Amino acid sequence: MAVIRDVMPAFDLLQPASAADAQKLLAKHGDDAWVLAGGMDSFDWLKDRIKKPKVLVDLSGIDEMRGVRASGDGIEIGAMTTLTEVAQHAEVKKNYSLLAEAVEHVASPQIRNQGTIGGNVSQDARCWYYRDGWPCYRAGGNICYADTPVGRNREHAILGAARCVAVNPSDAAPALIALDAKFVVQTSKGERVVDAEDYFVGPEIDITHLTILQPGDLLTAIRIPGTWAGAKFYFEKVRDRNVWDFPLMNVASAMKLSGSTIQDIRIAVNAVAPKPWRLKAVEAAVKGKSADAATGEMAGKMAVEGAVPLQFNAYKIPLMRNLVKRAIGGVQEATWAS
Amino acid sequence: MSDLTELKTGEGRAKEITRRNFILGVIAGGAVVSAASYRFLSSTAHGGVFASDAGERLITLNVNGQQRRVDAMRQETLAWTLRYKLGLTGTKLGCDRAECGSCTVLIDDVPYYACSVLTHTVRGRKVVTIEGLASPSGKLHPVQQAVVDAQGFQCAFCMSGFIMSAVGYLKQNPNPTREQLAHGVSGNLCRCQDYTKILDSLMKGAEYMRRA
Repeated sequence: MAVIRDVMPAFDLLQPASAADAQKLLAKHGDDAWVLAGGMDSFDWLKDRIKKPKVLVDLSGIDEMRGVRASGDGIEIGAMTTLTEVAQHAEVKKNYSLLAEAVEHVASPQIRNQGTIGGNVSQDARCWYYRDGWPCYRAGGNICYADTPVGRNREHAILGAARCVAVNPSDAAPALIALDAKFVVQTSKGERVVDAEDYFVGPEIDITHLTILQPGDLLTAIRIPGTWAGAKFYFEKVRDRNVWDFPLMNVASAMKLSGSTIQDIRIAVNAVAPKPWRLKAVEAAVKGKSADAATGEMAGKMAVEGAVPLQFNAYKIPLMRNLVKRAIGGVQEATWAS
Repeated sequence: MSDLTELKTGEGRAKEITRRNFILGVIAGGAVVSAASYRFLSSTAHGGVFASDAGERLITLNVNGQQRRVDAMRQETLAWTLRYKLGLTGTKLGCDRAECGSCTVLIDDVPYYACSVLTHTVRGRKVVTIEGLASPSGKLHPVQQAVVDAQGFQCAFCMSGFIMSAVGYLKQNPNPTREQLAHGVSGNLCRCQDYTKILDSLMKGAEYMRRA
């Protein structure tokens, strides 16, 4: 990729002080507007001249969108709360350590200091053909460059792909799905609260977006109910380098145990599909069973049913099988499956 | 370009001025001429596209404890402003993509990649660069002194970024283990692969800070 060493092309910078004003500005400017949260996703697009918005709506001055506060029996995290703030927050660490651990695994310290929880779940796909401006399906074209016999698709999807094979790269997303979080979206028609897993969309519904956000919409907060507070959590992220890299795959689970019996469980895997992949069938199958290696083995096999590898990512099938196995059966009991 | 030409002619030795000396001269010359340094740089690539209508706004930044007034474009990054408008070239631009850490500065005591922060978004916040670490009397910051004492770096292009990351991290955790400090500065890369010595010197810096 050619790296352009110069200032970004000109845009107008709007800096509203309230979420309502920000939403109005986004609605007013529609397709010309770009939401700037931490900027860790945005600046690559702008510097590479792949996306050329006329107006940036900078959310950094909106105090009401920052911080963690009590909400019902759980907590509400403002979308502009940085990943570092989430990871270090006492209540998050105490009761929702799954999320603290997930965001602690994002990128690098500086990126976590700047990147926000809202931005992490709303970031765009990292498929390099798409990021480099190739006219692929996701960019509105009619071809996928990754899903070809010679396409570089080691990082791409094994499940849920439809024409586009890019994956959702968020580390926070599967943890929020496991915690049954609700996403609060401000739209021109008012507030909309959706389940975490419904915030994300696959290419069969909208091939040019990873989330339900349309022009004029703004994610303002994420609510985590008390339902899963203090449950048995498991998070694991696999990546090439221990810093910066997006997940080759990650897994997040929350389990309620009675003795060693699984009373209830929510489990999601990301970077396997165009949206964070909740394993509902696995959840149903392991309820009432013992949280041990045998159940994990069964769950792992079940999780990869229907997976279709591309040319260079067949390794993701045993990887997913083992991650799910470890999430349910524990790390000590995991062995390499043949 | 016209400003540049006048400036050079005015000094009467246009042909002898190297690019580096010219930039350094402009920096020393202060705010009025420093606007021309930007035009000088941009004009090499763009033929002065921004020269007449740069879309700049005069803003005041708190940099290294001083109120600095500067004309900044809305799309300008903090690293660009620091280096090319304010002459603080200790902040290095490596990748310009938040992937190397050379441009790390402290904003309200927290390490950020200055290449990925818009200048207009840090108004009212406290920016500290490597130039702002030493005391006004010139006494080096303990981490700087430790890097000198332990000869922590080889080419040292990444040094100011590493030091700013370490200083930011040590404010949170003044007594880290080697592993914790390594995690704290893990957002910085060294192409010389000098990590062992870098960590030696930063650990020494932590020790100096605790003693100070």
